[in-house]
Amino acid sequence: MSARSVFEIIGPVMIGPSSSHTAGAVRIGNIARAVLGEDFRRAEITLYGSFAKTYRGHGTDRALVAGLLGMSDDDCRIRDALNIAATLGLEIRFRLAKGEEFHPNTADIELTGVSGKRIFLRGSSVGGGNVLITRINQYEVSVWAKNPTLMVEHVDRPGVIGRVAGVLGNNGINITEMRLTGSNREGEKLMVIEMDRAVPDKVVETITGLPDVTAVIGI
Amino acid sequence: MRRKITISELVAAAEQRGCPIWQVVLEREARLQGTERKNIWQKMKEYWMVMKESLDVGIKPGNRSLSGLVGEEGTMLTRYMEKAKPLSGYGSVLAAAKAIGVAVVNASQGRIVAAPTAGSCGILPAVLSTVAEEIGAAEDAVISALFTAAGVGMVIDEHAGTAGAKSGCQAECGSASCMAAVAAAEMAGGTPRQAANAGALSLKNFLGLVCDPVAGLVEIPCVKRNAIGAGVALLAADMALAGIESKIPLDEVIQAMKDIGDAIPASLKETSLAGLAVTPTAREIEKRMNELEER
Ligand code: SF4
Repeated sequence: MSARSVFEIIGPVMIGPSSSHTAGAVRIGNIARAVLGEDFRRAEITLYGSFAKTYRGHGTDRALVAGLLGMSDDDCRIRDALNIAATLGLEIRFRLAKGEEFHPNTADIELTGVSGKRIFLRGSSVGGGNVLITRINQYEVSVWAKNPTLMVEHVDRPGVIGRVAGVLGNNGINITEMRLTGSNREGEKLMVIEMDRAVPDKVVETITGLPDVTAVIGI
Repeated sequence: MRRKITISELVAAAEQRGCPIWQVVLEREARLQGTERKNIWQKMKEYWMVMKESLDVGIKPGNRSLSGLVGEEGTMLTRYMEKAKPLSGYGSVLAAAKAIGVAVVNASQGRIVAAPTAGSCGILPAVLSTVAEEIGAAEDAVISALFTAAGVGMVIDEHAGTAGAKSGCQAECGSASCMAAVAAAEMAGGTPRQAANAGALSLKNFLGLVCDPVAGLVEIPCVKRNAIGAGVALLAADMALAGIESKIPLDEVIQAMKDIGDAIPASLKETSLAGLAVTPTAREIEKRMNELEER
């Protein structure tokens, strides 16, 4: 490591006790919230590895819930997140995974939204507040979510990818990386597209309306 | 490629121009980032505001970690100072109170500024605020001192790293105490050379210090290492200001820290597999924590 700025030495401003347990966990919660795309009413969270071992002491439980509530990683209310969720009448359950080993700091999140919509997400905190999402619903992915990322669920037919890329290109958005991943269901695929800048809602709507596109998630 | 800076270059640059180290660091930052000095100064000032907030919360009653393993030590020390004449001097105890307070704020999921890490975040703000109080320095002097400290931290980061998981606690609390010692000595009117000596005198005392947190939490021994790290920084600054030199220059101490860090086994680098983390008492604490987690 070599610091390129004084603020890598003095800084960042952060919520303790450690960026992998707090900032990383908040980020995983934020992403789960974005994937759900609406407010949640129920969350079932399974913790693995060191997340499971010391989640209370590190406040990982509070940080994950803070992320689900939409707080940012420097929000002073993170440590009150469980109380805030309780006051809002949200149902939250934690489960500790035993014996199953994923990344040391991993959480599975099952969310039920206010409309009854359900999603599943598996994310790991990989240090310094960075995260890696390895599963979204039925798809195995590897999403770092450092850059704006769009996930486009679609029917596996010729032409879909070109249409999506076309819409982005026409709106001046540069794709920096794109991967395809399949699920166990025949003909169903997910495009994970990383871009150099965030996608305006209008563009997301256009992509959602394209033929053979079944769902679009932006994070 | 950018060349790695050294302490001796920072000192030489300051001496040549007859300016303090902080000015050299601030100008270098402006050059590297391609922005104006006043923007960088402003950002550091904002960071200092956050540090001040954490210092305030730190010594208030009720400042306890999430686990409850540590808490209110800052308050205990300030109360003690009101009643007794501290053996190690008013300044050291005040700095220790502030440092441990901030470290507990971190352990309570409060807001802090990593300096250089979250685990060692109490030392630098505590030392600078204590020195400012003792010599009656204005806020600008503290912000300047933060640049001096950051410059030293950058050198350490380039040559050795500042992560406990890579080099042990010498790289966290040791680096913080070293940075604080240099900044404190300069703030109190020391020459760049004296300031560098203060850093060397401090860091030498942390060489070999391993990272062995109990139950994997940034609490035991971390918060107390912050308190004592602050005290060491002040004493090292005093020694340097008295004219004592470190026979081994700071650049070489930093290199030694790197070599020692490489030689420290993984069990003593944040993995909680040895050292204090496996003492009978630590095991007992860990067991209690696990029961709590599973409830
Ligand atoms: S013991 Fe380890 S975790 Fe604690 S402050 Fe030192 S380096 Fe950080």
